[in-house]
Parts: sequence; structure tokens; C-alpha cells
Amino acid sequence: MTAIQKTRPARAEVKIRSEKLNLWYGSFQALKDVSISIRPRCITAIIGPSGCGKSTLLRCFNRLNERIGGVRIEGEIHLDGRNIYESGMDLMQLRKRVGMVFQRPNPFPLSVSDNVLYGPRVHGITDRALLEQLVESSLKATDLWEGLKDQLHRSALELPAEQQQRLCVSRLVAVEPEVLLMDEPCSALDPIATERIEELMQELASRYTIIIVTHNMQQAARVSQDAGFMLLGQLVEAGPTPTIFTNPSDQRTEDYVTGRYG
Amino acid sequence: MRIAPSITQRIAVSIMWTLAAVAMGVLAFIITYILWHGLPHLSWAFLTESPKSMGREGGVFPMIVGTLWVTMLAVVIAAPVGVATAIYLTEYTHEGKMTAAIRFGADCLAGIPSIIFGLFGFVFFVITLGMGLSVISGALTVALMVLPTIIRTSEEAIRAVPRAYRDVAYGLGSTRWQMVTRVVVRSALPGIATGVVLSVGRSISETAAVMLTAGSALGLPQSIFQSSRTLSLHFYILSREGISMTNAYATASVLIIAIMAINLSAYWLMRRFVGKA
Ligand SMILES: Nc1ncnc2c1ncn2[C@@H]1O[C@H](COP(=O)(O)OP(=O)(O)OP(=O)(O)O)[C@@H](O)[C@H]1O
Ligand SMILES: [Mg+2]
Repeated sequence: MTAIQKTRPARAEVKIRSEKLNLWYGSFQALKDVSISIRPRCITAIIGPSGCGKSTLLRCFNRLNERIGGVRIEGEIHLDGRNIYESGMDLMQLRKRVGMVFQRPNPFPLSVSDNVLYGPRVHGITDRALLEQLVESSLKATDLWEGLKDQLHRSALELPAEQQQRLCVSRLVAVEPEVLLMDEPCSALDPIATERIEELMQELASRYTIIIVTHNMQQAARVSQDAGFMLLGQLVEAGPTPTIFTNPSDQRTEDYVTGRYG
Repeated sequence: MRIAPSITQRIAVSIMWTLAAVAMGVLAFIITYILWHGLPHLSWAFLTESPKSMGREGGVFPMIVGTLWVTMLAVVIAAPVGVATAIYLTEYTHEGKMTAAIRFGADCLAGIPSIIFGLFGFVFFVITLGMGLSVISGALTVALMVLPTIIRTSEEAIRAVPRAYRDVAYGLGSTRWQMVTRVVVRSALPGIATGVVLSVGRSISETAAVMLTAGSALGLPQSIFQSSRTLSLHFYILSREGISMTNAYATASVLIIAIMAINLSAYWLMRRFVGKA
């Protein structure tokens, strides 16, 4: 892979912006007044101790939380300036634009190509040539094509974990999303696989807006341009990653990034 | 005096081993015993001819056909209803009084003796709906009997599908229906198939309920609205009325071999297609 040449978008550019986002699981408030701006074609890392609401926040960006009973949400999230919580929002369309990669690689128990094509098929694409082309381009986007092009009909469950996780990214790429949400995408992988997935994320960042939740501070520092620190449902601080890690303005952030708790 | 843990362990293991061996032994004994008495009388003619003089002579061809009809119809009726109920319970409704009631009903249904199903089938399908003693009455009754098994096994299988699959499916923009049909049911297929195979076995061997609903006519059923005797009922009548023990054993052998063949092929199919898919 050649080095990725790109100009970072200006600070003022915003892909996603949450505004005073509050979320309750029943009577428990998991998010408190979270306001954060996400720049396009950047990697934004969300860090914070276990249970602080990172996954919950992430799942708000594609409205996946509403599937759980008893969830109440207040506030707004703007995607390209439009509030995704306004009534009349097409959820299928939203989730196509904002895709999610989970902690454990979770390919469907289908073949490699059926995994990649799940999304396109759901969206009604039936043209064979187009589907074949999508398999190729989506697998190429995650550097799986060379290794798997002769095994497209093999069960995805037989692949090693790293390839499974890449396949999950391919599966998203196939529906041409704009935003990739990644909830601890490397925590089930070994260090070498982790490094390679991080490289993949760097590559993908030239085309997609990426938000990654991670427990691994080194990882956040390595891959992200922006970072947000959460604690007990609040966004304590957000800004450029170097600032968050070396010169945070909040004492709690400093305590966390220096490993004093969490 | 305290017994050393290693000895307790050894005793426990040997007891469990013995009990398992006894269970397997009894099973093997029954099967061998029946096949021993039945196999010598099995012949191509026995499988392809009609019975003569009440089954004292001749074969069991009409009973094989009757059994196939009743079983196939019962499963074809019960499987879609059962799987649909399971999907509804797991994917389309929140846990509540309603789901609890359906589940409780299914569990009660599963515990009811088959003769009572037979009686119900007799009163409802045979008399009230006027279907008479017929293959269809028998099949409907047996379908009711196996329904709880299919519902429960499908439900377990669907519940075991990881939540992440659902999240991903939604995440890729599927509707609930697409998610259910393309991901959940597909992943749950081995479990659902197991339930269906179990109920095929149960339908084949059901006796009391079909006696009261499908009747015991000896002839080859010309349509599903005619009465037909199943293999298990034929066996029961042959032995119960002392008509012919040799033919009873031969009939039982056919049953046992059929059930083993079905289970084996289902197992093979599942390994072949679902495991890999
Ligand atoms: N479905 C739910 N129902 C009730 N409470 C929930 C639910 N999901 C999460 N919570 C609670 O909300 C809080 C935030 O959870 P969340 O999963 O967002 O944390 P997290 O920061 O991702 O943690 P981790 O690092 O362990 O993944 C936790 O206290 C959790 O117990
Ligand atoms: Mg989490």
C-alpha cells in the first residue's frame, strides 16, 4: 500500500454533530448532555472507562439503541446538517449511510461473497455483474481480495479472526456508507492483527468518517486525529488527539490518559 | 470418616457410566429383539403387497402409504405454523402476558397424552367438521400434537442466534422481515430442522391418536379423505388381537428401520448443508 496522501479537513468542517444528547435506559441515565462534533474523513476516538457510555453514544449515531425496549432519547444528532432524530427519518437509509463494526467479528454464517452481498441484496440490487463487481471492490477495500478471491464460496466462519473482522468491514463498504462506527474493533484480535486493522482504518479514513471506541489508549493515540473522553455518561473533553493526550484541559482527562484510573 | 475426593470422583464416574450403559443397553436390546424376530420375515413382497386375511398374510404396502401420508401432511401443516409462531414469539413481540400465555399453552399441549388428542381429533375433525375417519383428520390431529415441539425447539434455536447478527442486519439497512428471513431463520436452521425431524419421528410412531382419527381401514387410501391404517396402528392391532406375531414384528422392523433411516439422513443432510453453508 502506498502512503495515503490526503489533506485533513479544516476544523470547521463537520460530518456529525450531537447536541445535548441524553439517553436513558429505563430510569438509568447513560448519556448526559453529550455535544460533540465529528470531522469528515477523520478518525475520531472515543475513550473512557468501562460503562461510561461509549458504546451507547456510538449506537446513537445510527439509531441502533431504539431497538432495546425502555430506551428514551432526547437531543439531536445532525448528519450533514440534518437531524437524524427528526420524524420521517428513513432508518434503513440512515443505517446504510452510517455502518457499524462490532467488537467481536461477526460474519453471518454464510459464504464470503454472501456476507459481502448481504447489504446490496437487501437494498434490492440483483444485477449479477454489479454484484460480482461489488464483491471484488469491497474485498479490495479491506485487502482481502488477493487472499480470498478463489474462496468466495467458503464459509466466512472458517476464516481467522482478523480476516473475519476485515470481512465485516467489507460487508459495510459494500453498501457505500459515509460513516463507519467501530466499537472496540480490535479487542478480540491478537497484537499483529490489531496493527493490521489499524492500518486498514488509516486507509479507510481517506474515504470514510470513522468513529472508534477503544479501551486501548495507545491505539487511540496511534490512529485518531480527534479524541473525546467520556466519564459517567458525560463527554468530559473533546479535541485534537495530541491535545487530549498531552495537554488536556480537564484534570479528569489527564488522570485517565496518564493511567491514574480506569 | 471422610472419603477421599478422588475416590468420590471415581465412584460418581462409574455410577454415571453404568447408568448410561444400562440406558443404551436397554435400547439396543429392544431394537435387536424386534429386528431379530422381524427381519427374517421382511421381504420385498411384504413391503409391496396388500395384507390378506386381516394381516395374517400378505404385506403392509397400504400401511406404508398411509403412514407416509399422515406423517407428511402432519409435518407440512405443523412446521410452518410452528416456525411462524416461534418467529412471532421471539422477533415480533416483547415478552409479556401474551407470550407467556402462548408458551404456557404450548407446554401444556406438549404434556397431554396422545389418546386425548385422539379423542379431540375424533370429536372435532371427524365428527364436527365431518371429515370422517380419514388421513386428513389423522394428519391434523398429529399436527396439533407435534406443534409444541416444533414451536419450542424453533424458539430455542432462534434465541440462540447471536444478537450481533440482528444488529448487523439492521445496521446494513434491512427491514425486520429481511433480517428475520435472511439472517435469523437461516442461522437457526439446524435447530429448527432438529425439531422438525423429531416431530417426523413422533408422527410416524403415533398410534393412539391416529386410531381414533385416521381409522384402521386395510385398503390403500385413494385420497386423503379416506381412512387408512398406519404402520404403528397395524402393529398394535396385529399383536393386540393375536392375529400374527411374526407379521407384527416384521411391521415393527419396518417402522424402526424407517425412523433410523430418517434420523440418519437428516443428520447427514444437516452436516452436509447447514454446517457448511
Ligand atoms: N440495554 C441496557 N439496559 C440497561 N442499561 C444498559 C444497557 N446497555 C448499557 N447499559 C448501561 O449503560 C451504561 C453505559 O453502557 P455502555 O455499554 O455504553 O458503556 P461502554 O462505555 O461502552 O462500556 P464498555 O467499555 O464496557 O463497553 C452502563 O452503565 C451500562 O450498564
Ligand atoms: Mg462498550
